[in-house]
Amino acid sequence: MTSNIGNPDVLVLGGGNAGLTAAISAREAGASVVVLESAPIEFRAGNSRHTRDLRCMHEGPTDVLSGSYLEQEYFEDMMHVTGGNTNEPLLRMMIRASAELTDWMTSHGVRVQHSLGGTLQLGRTNAFFVGGGKALMNAYYAAAERLGVRVFYNTEVVDLDVVHGEFRSASVVMKGQTSQISARAVVLASGGFESNLEWLRKAWGPAADNFIIRGTPYNKGKVLTRILERGAEAIGDPAQGHCVAIDARSPKFDGGIVTRLDCVSLGIVVNQRGERFYDEGEDFWPKRYAIWGRLVAEQPNQIAYSIIDSKAMGNFMPSVFPPITAQTVQELAGKLKLPVDTLVQTVNGFNQAVRPGTFDHAVLDDCKTNGLKPEKTHWAQRLDNPPFYGYPLRPGVTFTYLGVKVNDKAAVLMTTGQPASNIFAAGEIMAGNILGKGYCAGVGMTIGTVFGRIAGKEAATKALAGSETRG
Amino acid sequence: MDAELQREAEHLMTVCNSCRYCEAYCAAWQSMERRLVFNPGDLNYLANLCHGCSDCYYACQYAPPHEFNINPPLTFAKIRLESYQQYAWPQPLAKLFNKNGVVVSLLTALMLIVFVFGAVLVVGSDRLFSPVPGAKLYDITPNRFLVTTFSAVFLYSILALVIGFLRFWRDTGGKFGTFLRPVTLARGLWDVLTLHYLDNNGFGCTYPKQEDSQSRRWFHHFTFYGFLLCFAATATATIYEDFLNWLPPYGYTSLPVVFGTLGGIGLMIGPTGLYILKLRRNRELTDEKQVGMDVSFLLLLFLTSVTGLLLLAFRTTAAMGTLLVIHLAFVMTLFLTIPYGKFVHSVYRFAALVKFALEGSRAPEHKIAAEHVHAARQSL
Repeated sequence: MTSNIGNPDVLVLGGGNAGLTAAISAREAGASVVVLESAPIEFRAGNSRHTRDLRCMHEGPTDVLSGSYLEQEYFEDMMHVTGGNTNEPLLRMMIRASAELTDWMTSHGVRVQHSLGGTLQLGRTNAFFVGGGKALMNAYYAAAERLGVRVFYNTEVVDLDVVHGEFRSASVVMKGQTSQISARAVVLASGGFESNLEWLRKAWGPAADNFIIRGTPYNKGKVLTRILERGAEAIGDPAQGHCVAIDARSPKFDGGIVTRLDCVSLGIVVNQRGERFYDEGEDFWPKRYAIWGRLVAEQPNQIAYSIIDSKAMGNFMPSVFPPITAQTVQELAGKLKLPVDTLVQTVNGFNQAVRPGTFDHAVLDDCKTNGLKPEKTHWAQRLDNPPFYGYPLRPGVTFTYLGVKVNDKAAVLMTTGQPASNIFAAGEIMAGNILGKGYCAGVGMTIGTVFGRIAGKEAATKALAGSETRG
Repeated sequence: MDAELQREAEHLMTVCNSCRYCEAYCAAWQSMERRLVFNPGDLNYLANLCHGCSDCYYACQYAPPHEFNINPPLTFAKIRLESYQQYAWPQPLAKLFNKNGVVVSLLTALMLIVFVFGAVLVVGSDRLFSPVPGAKLYDITPNRFLVTTFSAVFLYSILALVIGFLRFWRDTGGKFGTFLRPVTLARGLWDVLTLHYLDNNGFGCTYPKQEDSQSRRWFHHFTFYGFLLCFAATATATIYEDFLNWLPPYGYTSLPVVFGTLGGIGLMIGPTGLYILKLRRNRELTDEKQVGMDVSFLLLLFLTSVTGLLLLAFRTTAAMGTLLVIHLAFVMTLFLTIPYGKFVHSVYRFAALVKFALEGSRAPEHKIAAEHVHAARQSL
């Protein structure tokens, strides 16, 4: 029953990467810690289950990262994807703190992929968790248990008692019973609001009904709503978030990584009118994939179709849903329910506009179109080798960027301008401080781990200082 | 392959090959990544490469209760069992893999009856139940008889295993002769002798439950090396007898007895440990259809060594004759069931490991350019 939870020094709301790194850090600083996770144990850890890597600065090769990835390059990559819409001092702090992450992680039982050579490609900028995010979280939960952190599943926070920027207690529902859990400090690590379809509709309009939620169904943003109501300062645009184009046949929630499609740059993409709308070959896929969610969201009915021919098949990571196959463009149009004449016209027009060049997907090659709107500026090849393949695309939301503003101690800033005395935040719920828009692969987990560790340590410091003066 | 299992296997390959988060765990995933299409031979190969360490299951975000229902250890175990039946020789005996526990038990009982009754008839109950001077076991069972029957059965088993191996090798696309290439053969042997894939860089495997443990690896080492030592005991005894003309019984410090004793101890500790782990294993990962086959093999190994050690301990007493005959009955059952029970996993997994080593020395067959895989990994 909820009376078992007690009143810890530090209460952590949310059992994902940010929550667990905070809990472990708080416990190691000497505080008693309780983690509340709203999901059942099988689905614990929110979106962290679906992750696989984090982006780390490093000066030279390590056993898990090749080459070097210095602060300035990391900073410029982030400035580029966010268009400068970020908190620069916080970003720099995060980048510098990322340098020690893999050591910290491995010291807590996390396995990070080594360079094995041969078929396994090692990242220069990103370190990959062996077994992915769920294995990472298993290691953290095991570490937390060893340290004496107490975790409660199926336990949802429905309200927060906050007075003048000071956290008093949380209203918690467990097995249908509500009770108050007070703590000396609290860490908010409960994710964004990406699973809250109503909120998405408020932010995006009816288009949101056609969005797919790539990850956990448990991030409804309840804690975020409450803390904003209690005077926390918001940051970020509710219609901003990490959104990519995924296979339209994905489950509404929790499809994860396997639903992404990597063939966009190898062919053309048309909307439901059968017309192209963006340069599919603008840049390397890792640098462009993050904008395609928004692009598809802006198309009628939030649907688009990636079309390739047999030349491309087998040249991209296999997808979990089979392609829709046809021997002619007309047949493909029929199967995709696209206007036949328009699609044929689009494909013929595209084919005619393709200039001769040397195709090379590893470089920004010279295969381009001439005379189209929009042009395809790289990797443009004629679609003329049947069979033709089509994949339907929809916007897939990973997480939302509207969150709470924090300072460099991960303390939540109130609308008064002052930081809360004992409220800290980490992970998606404050990622908007770093990501005003856009995304860079792996930075989500970096944000969670860096701010999680800071939040945990600061919360413990605050909680233990308080207990000393009270004693 | 059973149609439903085929669908399950295809679903597994489709999801896992799109995800690949588990690639660092083991050879099965690294081998999967080299392919876009999986024919039945490929599935048999990957399934036998899998050691059942189960790390991938606990790491999998698509494991049940997720709707994708991904459970590689269970699916691979089911495919393995079918592969054992598919490659068994002669084919009519492939049925023995079903209800294998019953088969082994009945055969054990039959052998016990035949050997004990046969000994009473041939040797006479007086001599059978009296101490034998000098513990000369050939006073109980004639040498010729032992050698002929056991050699025949032993050679038959070897033949059946070799034919099974050849079928596997051909069906998984292996070329004749490449198995014997020294470097890759040595690599496969190393993986077997060290149980590299149960070691996981020191982490061990998540068996029987979610906690990492080296226990399965160590109990298997006891079993495997125990078995080899017992085999060495028989081999040295054969050399002593047929080439050096030294007849049994051999002294307590002789090679056959030392090997046999150590081997017997190993074959008591190992199977007992493996059995206890098996009882504790997470049921969601267990193919219940095969548990009988696994347990009967463990029990047979255990009882063969117990009876052998008892024979050694009591060879100067009146119990020697009975114990000898009982022990021989167990050994005969073991030999007869080796090609049609759990033992065959060793043949196919060894072959799969050698094939994996061979693959590693070749470029992948599909066209996904390395930089495209790298790019895909950069885009979460």
